[in-house]
Amino acid sequence: MASLIHCPHCGVRPKEEFSIRGDASLIRPDPEASDEAWNDYVHIRSNPRGRYREHWQHVAGCRRWLVVERDTFTHEVFAVTDAASSAREAGR
Amino acid sequence: MRYSAFSIVKNALTGNVNWTPAWRQPEPKPFYDVIIVGGGGHGLATAYYLAKEFGLKNIAVLEKGYLGSGNVGRNTTIVRSNYMLPGNEPFYEFSMKLWEGMEQDLNYNAMLSQRGIINLYHNDGQRDAYIRRGNAMWMEGVPAELLDRAALKKMLPFLNFDHARFPIMGGLLQKRGGTARHDAVAWGYARAADRLGVDLIQNCEVAGIRRENGVVTGVETSRGFIGCGKLGLAAAGNTSRVGEMADLKLPIESHVLQAFVTEGLKPAIDHVITYGAGHFYISQSDKGGLVFGAEIDGYNSYAQRGNLATVEHVMEEGVTMIPGLSRVRVLRSWGGVMDMSMDGSPIISHTPIDNLYLNCGWCYGGFKATPASGWCFAHLIAKNETHPVARFLRLDRFERGYPIDEHGAGPQPNLH
Amino acid sequence: MTAYRLASGGLIDRSAPLDFRFDGRNLTGFSGDTLASALLANDQLLVGRSFKYHRPRGIVTAGPSEPNALVTIGKGADSDPNTKATVAELYSGLDAHSQNRFPSLKYDFGAVNGLLSPFLGAGFYYKTFMWPAAFWEKVYEPIIRKAAGLGRAVLERDPQAYEKCWAHCDLLVIGSGPTGLMAALTAGRAGLRVILADEDFRLGGSLLGETARVNDASAQDFTETVLAELRSLPNVTMMPRTTVFGWYDDNVFGAVERVQKHVALPQAKLPVERLWRIAAKRALLATGAEERPLVFGGNDRPGVIMAGAMRTYANRFGVAAGKSVAIFTNGSAGYRTAADLAAHGVEIAAIIDSRAEGADVAPDGVRVIRSASVIDTKGRQRVCGAVVERSGFEQTIACDAIAMSGGWNPVIHLACQRGAKAIWSEDLKTFLAPDVGNGLVVAGAAAGRYTLAGCLKDGAEKAVVIAADLGFSTVSHTAPAVEGEIDPSFTALWYSPGAKAKAFVDFQNDVHVKDIGLALREGFGHVEHAKRYTTNGMATDQGKLSGINATGLLAAMQGISPADVGTTTFRPFYTPVAFGALAGTSRDEHAAPVRKSPLHGWAQRNGAVFVDSGLWFRPAYFSRGGEKTWRESTDREVRNIRENAGLCDVSTLGKIEVFGPDAAEFLNRLYCNPFLKLPVGKARYGLMLREDGMVYDDGTTSRLSHEHFVMTTTTALAGGVMSHMEYCAQVHWPDLKVRFCSSTDQWAQMAIAGPKARLVLQALVEDDISDAAFPFLAAGAVTLRGGLKARLFRISFSGELAYELAVPAGLGEAVADAVMEEGMAHGICAYGLEALNVLRIEKGHVTHAEFAGRVTPDDAGFGRMVSAQKPDFIGKRLSTRYGLTAADRMQMVGLKPVEPDQHIRAGAHLLREGAKPSTLNDQGYVSSACFSPTLGHDIALAFLKSGRERYGERVVVWDKLAGAEVVAEICNPVFVDPGNTKLNS
Repeated sequence: MASLIHCPHCGVRPKEEFSIRGDASLIRPDPEASDEAWNDYVHIRSNPRGRYREHWQHVAGCRRWLVVERDTFTHEVFAVTDAASSAREAGR
Repeated sequence: MRYSAFSIVKNALTGNVNWTPAWRQPEPKPFYDVIIVGGGGHGLATAYYLAKEFGLKNIAVLEKGYLGSGNVGRNTTIVRSNYMLPGNEPFYEFSMKLWEGMEQDLNYNAMLSQRGIINLYHNDGQRDAYIRRGNAMWMEGVPAELLDRAALKKMLPFLNFDHARFPIMGGLLQKRGGTARHDAVAWGYARAADRLGVDLIQNCEVAGIRRENGVVTGVETSRGFIGCGKLGLAAAGNTSRVGEMADLKLPIESHVLQAFVTEGLKPAIDHVITYGAGHFYISQSDKGGLVFGAEIDGYNSYAQRGNLATVEHVMEEGVTMIPGLSRVRVLRSWGGVMDMSMDGSPIISHTPIDNLYLNCGWCYGGFKATPASGWCFAHLIAKNETHPVARFLRLDRFERGYPIDEHGAGPQPNLH
Repeated sequence: MTAYRLASGGLIDRSAPLDFRFDGRNLTGFSGDTLASALLANDQLLVGRSFKYHRPRGIVTAGPSEPNALVTIGKGADSDPNTKATVAELYSGLDAHSQNRFPSLKYDFGAVNGLLSPFLGAGFYYKTFMWPAAFWEKVYEPIIRKAAGLGRAVLERDPQAYEKCWAHCDLLVIGSGPTGLMAALTAGRAGLRVILADEDFRLGGSLLGETARVNDASAQDFTETVLAELRSLPNVTMMPRTTVFGWYDDNVFGAVERVQKHVALPQAKLPVERLWRIAAKRALLATGAEERPLVFGGNDRPGVIMAGAMRTYANRFGVAAGKSVAIFTNGSAGYRTAADLAAHGVEIAAIIDSRAEGADVAPDGVRVIRSASVIDTKGRQRVCGAVVERSGFEQTIACDAIAMSGGWNPVIHLACQRGAKAIWSEDLKTFLAPDVGNGLVVAGAAAGRYTLAGCLKDGAEKAVVIAADLGFSTVSHTAPAVEGEIDPSFTALWYSPGAKAKAFVDFQNDVHVKDIGLALREGFGHVEHAKRYTTNGMATDQGKLSGINATGLLAAMQGISPADVGTTTFRPFYTPVAFGALAGTSRDEHAAPVRKSPLHGWAQRNGAVFVDSGLWFRPAYFSRGGEKTWRESTDREVRNIRENAGLCDVSTLGKIEVFGPDAAEFLNRLYCNPFLKLPVGKARYGLMLREDGMVYDDGTTSRLSHEHFVMTTTTALAGGVMSHMEYCAQVHWPDLKVRFCSSTDQWAQMAIAGPKARLVLQALVEDDISDAAFPFLAAGAVTLRGGLKARLFRISFSGELAYELAVPAGLGEAVADAVMEEGMAHGICAYGLEALNVLRIEKGHVTHAEFAGRVTPDDAGFGRMVSAQKPDFIGKRLSTRYGLTAADRMQMVGLKPVEPDQHIRAGAHLLREGAKPSTLNDQGYVSSACFSPTLGHDIALAFLKSGRERYGERVVVWDKLAGAEVVAEICNPVFVDPGNTKLNS
């Protein structure tokens, strides 16, 4: 999706400048968390058809990790935010 | 109607008006012993083998669209069994052997063409990896050959031997690899399954999986509730959505892979060739179009279409491997939704629910697996035990620590 | 002669004749012609052979939907197969050849397939060629393959150049007919940045062949006036010869501009084609409508041409398709063609109208046969008569061309490329584009508004709305006045009944009505099944002509509405695009960037033979006089390093500076082994895992100050590790105070290894680097002779006394030269990757050949390194999974052949002695192997089931691919100096 990504730091840039890692809704569990929690984190994906938060990195730009919120069916992008800010908001 | 030389001649001489439907259009019955969700190659093959090899009688395949409307009708038609890891190679070789007898078995010409598949290598490390792979194939009794540059030059003189950014050093050849007519595989299994009494129910979308006391009792569909004794899911591309109906947590992401076909050309490329300095692969269909593709777009998607940046990248790899493609025109591109698993290998497995079985995670390699996938899934459903060649393809292999990671890329689906 | 050039008229330049060739014949056309119009003017009706039955075929259309007139233009490497003559702009020297015929277009052996057609119906492949089983691949398939395809691809290197560009605009107008022109004009006047793209070489679309008058001027003069104004507007860019082929996410459109496809000798400084990625805030689809063929017996005979195309040929190109033309129509458009042809003096043999009545006016004296249909055509390689049926009576009407008009289909391809389904309009008897949002708006004939006045108005009005949407104000305007146009309505006719010959639906793929019927009968009635079973719509025109009729037929045969049948899926590309145009400049040596180390020049001067290593070029070995093979050079280099010293360029290894008060804590979480207490001035080998517990990368990390570390990564994963660290810091631990900076390109780094390394280096370094002052794993800043600040690390990949010296990249070569000069007395030599590899295998050191993404630290012998104390690090939790700790995992071992003269190759597998080869019996594989000059025989690193318990056992090294089996002894993987005395000397 996305021919163009609106990087919050660099503006609208072509997709080729970015790399994609995957599901941004996953939060790395506490070291003491259960085996199941860890397995879910590493291996299990909600994989929704619809709204989805995904980690992209602006590798050929600011090199920041971003959270791209978009629709996996229509490919519409709703928001792009800096991943660290999202992580802080999530209390990490 | 059985196809034979006699039936062909007879029908030709009578204006071809007496051919009968390839399959019935049955109304769903209230209950089936086994329901397979997904009327693609794998689902249809499963139904066929359930009926033929395992003697089950009361079987239905539910398809939300038309038969073969998923990835079996939208792929690059490659058939091969050139894997490296012991979790994969016996399974794909089992599939290869089934391919080799499929047409006579189904009485349907799927146009299997064992023209040979060649994986190019471009450096010493890649060569060593292919030697390992070739020897792994031989371990399973699968012939493989390592071609050096000179041999390759003789075989494929049109490759970019002189101006490649990454020099072409040689290739690994599996002569038995090749292509098949993808739609015909779905149709052949459908027709053969129908002849064994399987109900193929099209335009029947599953909306829910009904469970009572921890077991599946049937499915809610766009054509009403249908009860079943056992339920098999073979809905690659939409596995997560169907699995969710049974609260399954799955190691799957849906990704889009684009593929392409050129205008029809006189025969020019006689093998399946894959590029080692990228993911490009190409072959020529019996109709004359060059069929090719490369990597997935890289983002989760349920849209059957991809992006221009990937298109351009695929073409760059193509002309870099075969400079003479430059003037060939690309006719059509399409996108298929792939079940990408966490290790790049498929899943044919029990689930935490007793009578629910799962067939998914085919990544971009499901077509070649069609017969074995059907056979092994049928085996699992009918006997409630794993077929020996599919014993590593379990759903719980991730939590148990037995990934089958051919690329060594780890649990990130877009790297496989 | 029947088709001919009219004495006057048309938008061709009769003062500029152009010579061209078709199948070796010299012909002449005019500037402004397409190849098709010029062929018609030369009475060349027969231009090709169909795919399956090799039937003679002629030009059918005047545009991009042409199914028949496909030719190869050019010769050898510089040729374009399957080029549509109807869109190929004529130029002097154009050399075209017909396709899919042998030995010639007129006499084609393949035509015998026509006699076999009862056996070759839809889906015949699937039912036959199965007996006997072995015959399919040996006999049948080769025959089918040989018959397949149309043009020939030569697969030679393309001499032409291509390029890619981005363009940005407020409004992209696709199509420059009446709708597009008015939209561009309105938006342009309002100040929008407008791009007007059209696939034709001349802008104006249907206006170029229009006889109605606009604003009291000819349509052509009106067009010129508008174009002149557009040219004067700096915010409007006009792009003729540009096909918009795809609509992608975020309103980015793919387009290909044919920059020099219309010249005999392209200039080298320009590309022949240019790919545009057009990022448009809004786009207007003004692609017009396509005329629908009629499906009647013998409708594929050369000389049966779309009525609109015939009109275009007459009005725009000054070419009459025949002297006496019969017109078969189901609507008014046929009468318009009749009127225009008659005005040019062409005889109208008759108008055959399928409708019972109509208000249309035929030219004076022309016979109109109503409620009639054509059921067959006469002639062989060109039509000479139409067999017409009315009320059961047949008559043959002599004619030398037949115009057919079956109604109109809006060209909605682009609007439906992104998954939206076309919607059936019962009023218009056609499919229209659905609402696809305001990114792409459909207008004019593409939206089902077929009149010229309607198109002009719709284009302007929709541009006003778009301008307002984007915040521009528009000036008021009046829609141009049109006079002399006729109502283009029609009555749908999917199939003309009573056919006495094959009635074709898809001309190129030879799909006729009975094939559609057969598909339906056999259960392939879904429109996608029918397409795939019959191949209807799968030809190079992608069903532009055939798709709608197949849908109509499927509906009619089942007695349902076309709405219930639907269309097949529209997908890119609107018309085919060459690989070359899409690839641009990224090909051959430019397929990927080249990276050269700062020591590249030094290596070159020292005789390096380079090898690709990712994007880098690295020295493989340094050839000296007399050495004939890489092995000779490598063996010499290895021996010299074990005895004296050597210098190796290791600049390509990734270098990442890690700063901050939490740098140590961060590294401690990143690596599986401890880093928190690494002292300043020390280096440590670090092993980085993936979260699934497998080794990701390794390298040494040194602490240069309390809050500053420098990490090295492998060459291959320098970028990946950097991203991984950024991910961990930004996503997992955003509160850690740590920052990174890649310094790979800033430092030239050289390994100086061998017993005499210190002797060599001490001469250059002012600091004391004695073993006491600078022991193994010491790291820090040093000053070189002359005052240059450098970094020195006492680390060793080779197992020898060794250092890595890093200096600013620009001074790398000078320092390397100095080291070599100082080292000369001590016998120093330059060494490359091959020697490096041998040295590390001898020492049992690992690379990605060992890790390969599937190996745990314990597999590789690093089990004890993994910290049990640390509460957390990447990969900790999943490392403990059952499968990752199982006793039968493959572990790294050394192998040496029992017979020292035998060879081991990487990639060989391992079997117990006497075991039968099988996947079940497979014990492991060789990851790295080499000849050890130090030991005098081959050695290998291998992964073997429970390997570390098996030192001293024998295994068979099984390399079936090479036909080799070698018995080897399992041993410790450290072959040289297991006690590390050399390292610590």
